[in-house]
Amino acid sequence: MIENRPFLTAMAHLVLIIGVFVVAFPLWLTFVAASHDAARMSELPLPIWPGTHFFENLDVVLNDGLWGGDGSGVSYMLVNSMIMAMMIAIGKIVISLMSAFAIVYFRFPFRMGFFWMIFLTLMLPVEVRILPTFEVVANLGMLDTYWGLTVPLIASATATFMFRQVFLTVPDELLEAARIDGAGPIRFFIDILIPMSRTNIAALFVILFIYGWNQYLWPLLVTTDQDMYTIVMQIGRMLEAGESVPQWHLVMMTTLLSVLPPVAVVVFMQRLFVQGLTETEK
Amino acid sequence: MLKRVHFGPSALPYLLVLPQILVTVIFFMWPASQALYQSLLVEDPFGLSSKFVWFENFEDLFADPLYWGSFQRTFFFSFLVASLSMGSALLLAVMADRVVKGSGLYRTLLIWPYAVAPAAAGALWFFMFNPTLGILPYILQFMGYDWNHKVNGNEAMALVIFAAAWKQIAYNFLFFLAGLHSIPKSLIEAAAIDGAGPARRFVSIVFPLLSPTTFFLLVINVVYAFFETFGIVDAITSGGPANSTQILVYKVYNDGFVGLDLGGSAAQSVILMGIVIGLTVIQFKFVEKKVSYND
Amino acid sequence: MSILKRIVAPATLAVLVGSTSIVSAATEINWWHAMGGTNGERVNKIADDFNKSQSDYKVVPTFKGNYTETMTSAIAAFRAKKQPHIVQVFEVGTATMMAAKGAVYPVEQLMKDAGERFDTNDFLPAVISYYQTPKGELLSMPFNSSTPVLWYNKDAFKKAGIAKVPATWGEMKDASDKLRGAGYKCGFSFGYQSWVMAENFSAWHNIPMGTEENGFAGLNTKFSFDNAAVKKHWNNLANWTKDGTFKYGGRRGDSLPLFISQECGMWMNSSAYYGSIKSQAKFEFGQSMLPYYKDVVAKPQNSIIGGATLWVLKGQKSDDYKGVAKFMTHLSSPEVQAWWHQGTGYVPITKAAYELSKSQGFYKTSPGTDTAIKQLSLNTPTPSSRGIRFGNFVQIRDVINEEMEAIWSGEKTADVGLADAVKRGDTLLRKFEKANN
Repeated sequence: MIENRPFLTAMAHLVLIIGVFVVAFPLWLTFVAASHDAARMSELPLPIWPGTHFFENLDVVLNDGLWGGDGSGVSYMLVNSMIMAMMIAIGKIVISLMSAFAIVYFRFPFRMGFFWMIFLTLMLPVEVRILPTFEVVANLGMLDTYWGLTVPLIASATATFMFRQVFLTVPDELLEAARIDGAGPIRFFIDILIPMSRTNIAALFVILFIYGWNQYLWPLLVTTDQDMYTIVMQIGRMLEAGESVPQWHLVMMTTLLSVLPPVAVVVFMQRLFVQGLTETEK
Repeated sequence: MLKRVHFGPSALPYLLVLPQILVTVIFFMWPASQALYQSLLVEDPFGLSSKFVWFENFEDLFADPLYWGSFQRTFFFSFLVASLSMGSALLLAVMADRVVKGSGLYRTLLIWPYAVAPAAAGALWFFMFNPTLGILPYILQFMGYDWNHKVNGNEAMALVIFAAAWKQIAYNFLFFLAGLHSIPKSLIEAAAIDGAGPARRFVSIVFPLLSPTTFFLLVINVVYAFFETFGIVDAITSGGPANSTQILVYKVYNDGFVGLDLGGSAAQSVILMGIVIGLTVIQFKFVEKKVSYND
Repeated sequence: MSILKRIVAPATLAVLVGSTSIVSAATEINWWHAMGGTNGERVNKIADDFNKSQSDYKVVPTFKGNYTETMTSAIAAFRAKKQPHIVQVFEVGTATMMAAKGAVYPVEQLMKDAGERFDTNDFLPAVISYYQTPKGELLSMPFNSSTPVLWYNKDAFKKAGIAKVPATWGEMKDASDKLRGAGYKCGFSFGYQSWVMAENFSAWHNIPMGTEENGFAGLNTKFSFDNAAVKKHWNNLANWTKDGTFKYGGRRGDSLPLFISQECGMWMNSSAYYGSIKSQAKFEFGQSMLPYYKDVVAKPQNSIIGGATLWVLKGQKSDDYKGVAKFMTHLSSPEVQAWWHQGTGYVPITKAAYELSKSQGFYKTSPGTDTAIKQLSLNTPTPSSRGIRFGNFVQIRDVINEEMEAIWSGEKTADVGLADAVKRGDTLLRKFEKANN
């Protein structure tokens, strides 16, 4: 600190506490709603303190399911979400490492053309081109597969761009030294470049995992088989109660379950997360 | 762009970029070109009959006051999401930079909304503000305010803005905090010795030095508000009431996916793609410049 | 323990199903539907019972989201040639489906081709008239049909001293005043507002919503619901939002909590909310026919249905359609329909199912549950009360919803909102006409 002003420091704590409170309040209410029974959740005003039905609701949501009418719980959806998030994260990292390596370390015709082609995919969300993309996936016979769920979402340039930045900061002397040792491009890539970027890879993984986990509309469209449903989709399905009203205690329990894994990743891998976030954008 | 020291030409680089290019061509360029073609057609939903109409879909769009309304609304929405989220994040970051004790804990407690899926965030806020059931309308009622975002478009807009800004605070907070850490302490100390108070120092030293971060975040936030808020709008308001929260990306979805007006929706996609390319170029220019600062 | 079991179970199940399907080789029939919640479980039971009753076909029901999502998914799948055999489409999608002649296998034709017994006279006229071609051919199989009714809180009526359930809008206003006098916050609310306050309002007063017999006679239809009666009604509703006679609570069924939590004493919406209300209301409730204006029509006509029908899509192996036809027979059998009707509040689609419910004593033990069916068949449907068949109606209904919301919020007057709804609706009708000519 530059000077000691207890009043200002106290102010700072106060502002931060209010901030934390505002930011956390929605999640608190989710938790509260997930811990009451149906009767309490249709009575006004709704509770702001937790009830006693948390584990009961957890069991119902995980094992019995609710509507959607399949009678099965959401635990397999958690597994699907996990698989989808992993495949997207790993897939993006692998193909981006390769293309960034090519663009930074090779001179070849159309190099910049390729770069721009990849770069322009950076920001266009899948929602605005969803029907044509669906047709492509359907024609390739990829509906209801993990491939159809993930591969089209790998088409984004964020990761390529980041690895390009990382590779650009690698000292040229390393490549010169590797050449003197007689290492070819592949050896150099695998033995030097990848180990050097491992924290970047881990950091990026955290970000991409969250991105993959949180997909909503795309899985909704490409899966028709209930065994392929993901947990985030399930929230939408449960809110849509048709000619009845949402069972909020179960909806909120599902929301809680869908939110906890990525939140846990952010909180427990905070250092990597922060690094990943700042580096993908630099 | 290219390393001074690099490998000579061979087939290898082509093989290396191949997977990425394949994915890009198959799942981006091809569907995008389909959208481009579709934007010139009037077609029945099943694709059984279609008519080539040149730019009629675009003409219809530009003649439609609702489309312009959606444009304006999107800018308004993006501006407010960006300023609300960045403003509160900056405040929190400055405070977190100031406190010594517990700053790690505060950080942890502030960054997690980043991980919440937009669809889940939408469900949370929808639940909290549900006019017939939610806890906040209930509290507001005691304060003499009758909250009903299902009728009142301004309230619906406010709600969507809050939810979208809430999700983005974590992101902005981290960048501002990193920006604050990178300001040399000596500069601040010198100003303090000259008798500048914390507020003065913030205005004359800290904020100007944060301006690259601020500009960068502005672009990111605008992009976020433009495109990634789909799940939030969908879960909270579905664009209503009376179109008052129908931002561009939601309109594309709604006209195409719900209304089955494929031509009109494709035309909107094409316009959005144009906007995306524009924003990408701006961001790219900026990013390149920033890299050269670092060197 | 149980979590682990659940994770492992689908995998094992997949192996088992994979192996059994090789052995039994039953033809799979895919049925995409939009029935969430307990109704979804009922749908599964219908399919299960059918699967157990024979071994040649296996109906696989899949929940595909809400009505819009289900329909769009099926259309997208059709374009990609991955369509299901059967898809459930809500009533407003009817015109879109009918126009897609190359995609739809008319159900009457299907039954004839497969040699299944099928007679349109078995069905309730008010139900099937909505889905018949001008020549009388039935294109899709009615499944879940309902109609809006007036739900009221008997306890609240007693407390407010309301002796007679309102039958006219004048009585609605009086009853609302009494309710508010007795401490209730609002008189009434309603959901699916376009369906209840525009489409059904028109049919109930025997006024056309659009030209060309509400679109039944041709694609060149134009809206005409900006007539004096609707105008007066919407103006009344707009005025009533100011004093709390009417409180708007959102689209679809979003306003149901207003009724359940006893904020509003009356609620107008689908008869299919029976199940939800029964399980949640902590008061005595009843249902009655919709109110009408005495000065518009001497006696109400009949209401129109909502809900959905099952459409059969072309492009599958011809053998599959035999199974589809068999399943349709199962689905429309009196036993299945009576069971479905009694559990859900949807109306029975066949006369036999209605008779069966009567003989089972259902209407005696649950009084009022026949309101919907009585209201639907109050009179022989006229061209104005047979139903509506407008193209792009999914979007048009959204337009009407939007304009109504603008009126309730006071952003527009009822006259302006109504005129805008008609104007914007006509634009969409022309677009549909162009795309389908």
